[in-house]
Amino acid sequence: MPTAPALTRYADLPALSGLMTGDEKHRSAAESTREVLWVLYDRVLDVSPETADDPDRDRFLLSKGHGPVPYYAVLAAKGFIDLATLRRWAAFDSPLGHHPDRTLIPGVEISSGSLGHGLGLGVGTALGLRAQGRPRPRVVVLMGDGELDEGSNHEAIAAAGRMGLDNLTAVVVDNSSATHGWPGGIDARFSAEDWQTRSAPGRDRSALYDALTRPHRGRPLAVVARVRPKG
Amino acid sequence: MTAAPPAPAPAVAAQPMRDTFADVVAAALDTDPRLALVLADISAGLFTDAARRHPDRVVNLGIREQLMIGVAGGLALTGMRPIAHTFAPFLVERPFEQVKLDLGHQGVGAVLVSSGASYDSPYYGRTHMAPGDVALLDSLPEWTVHVPGHADEVAPLLESALHQEGNVYLRLSERGNAAARPTGPGLQTVRSGSARSTGVAVAVGPMLDRVLAATEDLDVTVAYAATVRPFDREGLNRLVARAGQADVLVVEPYLEGTSAHEVAAALADRRHRQRSLGVRRDTEVRGYGTPADHDRAHGLDTAGIAERARAFFLP
Repeated sequence: MPTAPALTRYADLPALSGLMTGDEKHRSAAESTREVLWVLYDRVLDVSPETADDPDRDRFLLSKGHGPVPYYAVLAAKGFIDLATLRRWAAFDSPLGHHPDRTLIPGVEISSGSLGHGLGLGVGTALGLRAQGRPRPRVVVLMGDGELDEGSNHEAIAAAGRMGLDNLTAVVVDNSSATHGWPGGIDARFSAEDWQTRSAPGRDRSALYDALTRPHRGRPLAVVARVRPKG
Repeated sequence: MTAAPPAPAPAVAAQPMRDTFADVVAAALDTDPRLALVLADISAGLFTDAARRHPDRVVNLGIREQLMIGVAGGLALTGMRPIAHTFAPFLVERPFEQVKLDLGHQGVGAVLVSSGASYDSPYYGRTHMAPGDVALLDSLPEWTVHVPGHADEVAPLLESALHQEGNVYLRLSERGNAAARPTGPGLQTVRSGSARSTGVAVAVGPMLDRVLAATEDLDVTVAYAATVRPFDREGLNRLVARAGQADVLVVEPYLEGTSAHEVAAALADRRHRQRSLGVRRDTEVRGYGTPADHDRAHGLDTAGIAERARAFFLP
């Protein structure tokens, strides 16, 4: 099997995206998640193609399944997806579609697309790890501020806070796309339910790393990553 | 035959299916560390001791049914075998997209156990009735659907569900038949018609005693199904081949015609007639009262089944 020998760096992500989109200077709004994804896979998550089925791996759940180009690019840079596969994205028999399918791509933890499903699945994953006595793995769910409109998230936010699921992290990429906004801030929706909350500029990799890795105990962590408004 | 329709007989027996479910799950949690029970307040009182023994594997999320199914999916993603339970409308209809996406589309399985059936507690009104649950699940591939007709059928069906990997729906009711029947995967013949019989009647779960009473003066084969998905197409085809006429009446305790496409597929090799009885589709029955009132309103009491069985088999 061919692997990605050269394109493994952060600087290679635009080129990897370009293999899918045909636009090597790809800079669309869909890339609001690029830095968060890179920091997670490069420095935070303990998972690799070799450990993709290890029960003690960290889990990354892309809840906001649309705009998956930067996700596939990061997975390619980290060796989960080969370059030939990127070139065929969205073809009928390609494993890569405009929303990811976990049954088709090694290392993809959930199939997503319809908004508001990832956090519930993340709560269940965190509870499953806890029930099996696996305290080490983290469960990180990536969401969008518009996605928070879906009421299912608020069932999950409340329950996760009440149950003190400290192995669960929600990363909310906030590009101010929610039609009716979140007056008082997105953080407030989480902190009111007893989550630890932090904010970071969504393009600042060291600030994101810090927000994702500073210790927190006894409750879940929400990191709000602010990026420029959509459009 | 010209005999009058049979007199209505009490053909519904009280069945403590929910209590049986709670007993079986509580015992299974003690022995199988893969099992986890997810609740949304309903029936939580039946699992107080189990929750004390297994606080990490008996999870009551409060009144959060979308989350209940999402959590079941997440538990399954970590290799556990989740059981989710509440009243049928809140288990299947309210979180249907979670059922579709958080289980099947993720490629994982759970055991969904509902209570209340189509109208076990009709004094609560339409909000607590779910005659469309099986039809909804039937829009998704690869679900196993069990509809027991007696509390003693719950344990074997549930235990098989707990030990497999796929998605299973167990539809409990507090109303069923006087005697338990074998729960084998295929149709069980309860009464055989002659070689010149007018056809086959299939009774699903709690409908069996009523169907037996309603057809007692007809020469038909009566077959019983406690498992409707996968549907025993081959078994039905064999029964029809032995009958005098290729006419099939299916009596289901949920939306009428839910299994009509299965019967059509089972008999695709021969000219045949079929008739479906179940909860009516043409109107919303706005009534409270008792389950027996609703049986009459839907023609699912013995007299209603008998009248339509006679019209179908002896046209």
